[in-house]
Amino acid sequence: MAGVTFAKGGVHPAEHKELTEHLAIEEMPPPAEVALPLSMHFGAPAKAVVQKKQEVQEGDVVATVEKGLGATIHSSVTGTVKAIEPRPHPTMVRCDAIIIERDPAAPPRVYEPVDWLKLSGEQLLARVKEAGIVGLGGAGFPTHVKLSPPPTAKVDTLILNGAECEPYLTTDHRLMVEMPQKVVEGAKVLLKILGIREAVIGIELNKPDAINAMNKAAEAASGSDATIRVQGMTVKYPQGSEKQLIYALTGRSVPGGGLPFDVGVIVQNISTTLAVFEAATLNKPLYEKVVTFSGRGIKRQANLKVKVGTVLSDVVNYLGGTTPDLLKIVSGGPMMGFAISTLDVPIVKTSSGVLFLDKTETDVSPHGPCIHCGWCIEACPMGLQPKEVAIYVEAGKGHLTEKFGVFDCFECGCCAFVCPARRPLVQFARLAKMAIKRGR
Amino acid sequence: MATQWAVSVSPHVRKGTTTSQIMWTVSASLIPVMLLSIYNFGLRALFITLASVISCVVVEAISQKALGRPVSSKDGSAVLTGILMAFVIPPGVPYWLPAIGAVAAIFINKELMGGLGFNVWNPALVGRALLTASFPVYMTAAWIPSRAVSNVPIDQYVWGGLDAVSTATPLYVLRHYGFEALTQQFGSIGTIYQNFFVGFKPGCIGETSGVLILLGGLFLLLRGIITWHIPVSTIASVAVMSWIFGGNTWFSGDPLVHVLSGGVMLGAFYMATDYVTSPTVKPGQIVFGIGVGVLTVLIRLKGGYPEGVCYAILLMNCLTPALDEWFKPKRFAPPKQAPVMATK
Repeated sequence: MAGVTFAKGGVHPAEHKELTEHLAIEEMPPPAEVALPLSMHFGAPAKAVVQKKQEVQEGDVVATVEKGLGATIHSSVTGTVKAIEPRPHPTMVRCDAIIIERDPAAPPRVYEPVDWLKLSGEQLLARVKEAGIVGLGGAGFPTHVKLSPPPTAKVDTLILNGAECEPYLTTDHRLMVEMPQKVVEGAKVLLKILGIREAVIGIELNKPDAINAMNKAAEAASGSDATIRVQGMTVKYPQGSEKQLIYALTGRSVPGGGLPFDVGVIVQNISTTLAVFEAATLNKPLYEKVVTFSGRGIKRQANLKVKVGTVLSDVVNYLGGTTPDLLKIVSGGPMMGFAISTLDVPIVKTSSGVLFLDKTETDVSPHGPCIHCGWCIEACPMGLQPKEVAIYVEAGKGHLTEKFGVFDCFECGCCAFVCPARRPLVQFARLAKMAIKRGR
Repeated sequence: MATQWAVSVSPHVRKGTTTSQIMWTVSASLIPVMLLSIYNFGLRALFITLASVISCVVVEAISQKALGRPVSSKDGSAVLTGILMAFVIPPGVPYWLPAIGAVAAIFINKELMGGLGFNVWNPALVGRALLTASFPVYMTAAWIPSRAVSNVPIDQYVWGGLDAVSTATPLYVLRHYGFEALTQQFGSIGTIYQNFFVGFKPGCIGETSGVLILLGGLFLLLRGIITWHIPVSTIASVAVMSWIFGGNTWFSGDPLVHVLSGGVMLGAFYMATDYVTSPTVKPGQIVFGIGVGVLTVLIRLKGGYPEGVCYAILLMNCLTPALDEWFKPKRFAPPKQAPVMATK
């Protein structure tokens, strides 16, 4: 299969997927305690609807968002609310979390299949909202909002993002290999909600087994009500970025400040689609997910199905501990993920991976001056000039960088990845955006 | 105490190449040129180069100390400047001369401008330009004939003996006596092509060998350190301009003699491609290269010097910020653009 890809920029980081891509998804036994941060989505934090010492069942609602963007949070275990207190958070440093102590005697909750075909699009959308589903690729945008484009938008295509272009991460890969029918069924649910019939599943060519499996499932599922096809994509980072993915698969360009529905497209990640499948066919909320634990800094690498709220130290213990050479722990992929300073952070809905990098895998050497090699310009998928922005910021003139299009920057890290002076160009871009908003 | 891990901003992985690797790789790619120069001019070529490298490293270290900056000798940038500056001065200059060039190249041109990355002009060429202006006799007469012709021992000129040497560079002959004189002095046109391509001719230390500079340049191209845009546009425009205007009548010049003479090859692959002082975007680089080529031939044919590469590049360096401004990269789907509903 010939691959498609985006036109501008992009880089080829070492993939390191061989560490986990052939490891079947493994269910981690539920931990003794979970910490459910009230912020696991794009938008304001949810409000707890349980109190200390209250007993909760696995799948019960524990926090809701009344207005604005947000997503409901469900308990991932059966047990007792121990506390509602600030806890470390993978991206926010600290955030209020509901701590639930698991009842070791409680059996896992079983969900009975329901016939989702009898439900209307609106009913299915309501299920997605009740299930607390957010974009699991990393941003955590509430999925029910994304599935409700304004009536003016003429959406004709659903894109399933199977690019998984970040090095190390293999969760979507394993889901596509192990449960392709469920993913495709999830796609059909999404098509019904959107009232359209075209879906394209974009998968990078470094996952031939996933392409095969998804092809078979997509062919079997396509019919009078839906056309689902798989499109191979030439391996290039950041293929999984929405704008790049849409361009690669449809040739359409989402303008700066615009959203995919402006060009008739809705994009959903593979894990999200699976969550939609479970919400529609089992009425099961989102409270567990598959996360890749990889890197040479941990004794055993794995694709683990874990309860949301599982604290990282429990996962590390389960995987045999860290190695002495561990240098950095990253929540997410190595290109866009956040370095974390403590194992007390919980797995959240948007966790796609946790990487334990040793000194052969990551580099913390200091940065030097810009030598104007122009590699960052070549690498930028948005056609920006990261080096110029950085120099403005260094000179205290970050507020003057709007002309360089910094708000188009989605912080993919290609510029800093190629920079021979090791300059933290993503951070400079963030500082520039802050300076523009601040006005000085 | 709890275990501590590194915390820094994304991305957490990097492509291998670093600034100092680039500098050292470029320096290493010039080793064959150096070896041929030692064969061609004797050991003096090596010692002048060493004097230049040491001067540049020392001047950089002293400047950085004086300006309160960390000393960055290890990044290799001063070493590379030293090599390149030596390569564009004649082998017969006194040993102290490169030190003066180093002050101009490193202290004035680079460190006073803000250090690595902030200089407007190519450091090696600033060194050469200052030496040409200040010591015109050395810089335009201290030539040594190729040992392939003179057959003198390799250490002949190490400690002097230069006064008895008298030769002229091909460009000087071409400028002042014309094309026929060139063939009289350097052999038939076939021999000229051959010797100029290999490097057996008088000239600056590292500029004589077209083939070895080309190989070094190709190595840098393959390693992704330079791209074809500046070298190709520079060399092509020198060729076209010298073909059109270089002969007695229009369209009768010998482009190959012009490309293989003087510093065109070294300038195109190693000087004009300097990251700091050349444009960063490809269309700007092509305009930059064309400017270098056109100015080079203009200076050679109409200017006061037989050679024009150095000044051509320095002049185009001034235009680099403007070229970067004029040829900005094309943004992907900037705001306010009508949605493109192309079907693939």
